[in-house]
Amino acid sequence: MNSKHLADKPACPLARHGAAGHWWYQRLTALALVPLSVWLLILLNKTLTAPYAETVNWLTSPLNAMAVVGWVVVAFYHAAQGVQVVIEDYVSTVSLRHAAIRIINRIFLFLAVAALLALAFILIAR
Amino acid sequence: MVEFTLPRNSVVKTGKTFKADASARNIRLFEVYRWNPDTGDNPRIDRFEIDMDQCGTMVLDAILKIKNEIDGTLTFRRSCREGVCGSCAMNINGKNTLACTQAIADYPGTIKIFPLPHMPVIKDLVADMRHFFEQYASIKPWLSNFTAPPANAERLQSRDDRAKLDGLYECVLCACCSTSCPSYWWNGDEYLGPAVLLQAYRWLADSRDSNDDERLDQLNDAFKLYRCHTIMNCTDTCPKGLNPAKAIAEIKKRMVASDRQ
Repeated sequence: MNSKHLADKPACPLARHGAAGHWWYQRLTALALVPLSVWLLILLNKTLTAPYAETVNWLTSPLNAMAVVGWVVVAFYHAAQGVQVVIEDYVSTVSLRHAAIRIINRIFLFLAVAALLALAFILIAR
Repeated sequence: MVEFTLPRNSVVKTGKTFKADASARNIRLFEVYRWNPDTGDNPRIDRFEIDMDQCGTMVLDAILKIKNEIDGTLTFRRSCREGVCGSCAMNINGKNTLACTQAIADYPGTIKIFPLPHMPVIKDLVADMRHFFEQYASIKPWLSNFTAPPANAERLQSRDDRAKLDGLYECVLCACCSTSCPSYWWNGDEYLGPAVLLQAYRWLADSRDSNDDERLDQLNDAFKLYRCHTIMNCTDTCPKGLNPAKAIAEIKKRMVASDRQ
């Protein structure tokens, strides 16, 4: 392997473009999760300790609803990015690595959409 | 995929023991990794008792004594014996360092010496550094400026600009940092590693170099740069006291500042 080859070699087609963006948005989403997780903890506390009606009532507040929706979007995006990094670290077979990243992205997308639909259903059906 | 067991011919076995002279009063024990590709044998650990009253103070002195007086087949690199050339980089008692700058007295008990971790071994303590230096060449480690230099003069820089190279230019490319990095162990074929990235930043930080765009474009890659997870083994082990992790962080900051995200 010569140095020119090393200089020009695309390490991983999925990761080559937007590598800086991946790193930057992972940090931004991590920062965003710090305040947003406060709302998640309040929601989890209410689901465990408060009556259903009170929990739904809390969720109808625009601020609370936006924060919980924000947490869902940011958390699943951040999780997908994090798992992608782990896959890139430990799966050395390129085709398997690409397949695993695609699968994990679809799983997190599905989970995020499911969570958002569940929230919408709760708010519409109240 | 991940391999959880060593190949059978990689299992390290117990080697020979070389006793010190019976008259020796100040003995230190050195355990040294040995492997000879010509014999086909497994690697082994040889044990050497060294009379410290007849030996220099540094670990490299003991290794040289072994080579000169006990076992001439022991193979290792060394040159300057003062921490400048980076040749005698090896793993001593679990930490990558330069054998010439480490005092034997600073190590308690038996001193265990291995080649740099996770590198192909050529023989005994000699690691194959070809890929490491190919990676170094790939970052174009030379001044690149597209403007004409001043007539009959050098490209000058201010004292402040020159000071930005402190902590970078001192790197001797011993590879202690890169070979202490788990990310480099797993993905060293693509990840450039802390030593090469520190050198890459050394040229990005140089006010006389105007090739930042090409340098950053080349590094904007999930594997070449972003396998660094700030583990900090590089900074912990650097025998020159440098901070490759900070240099890598500076490159990442420049990536964002230059709108490459």
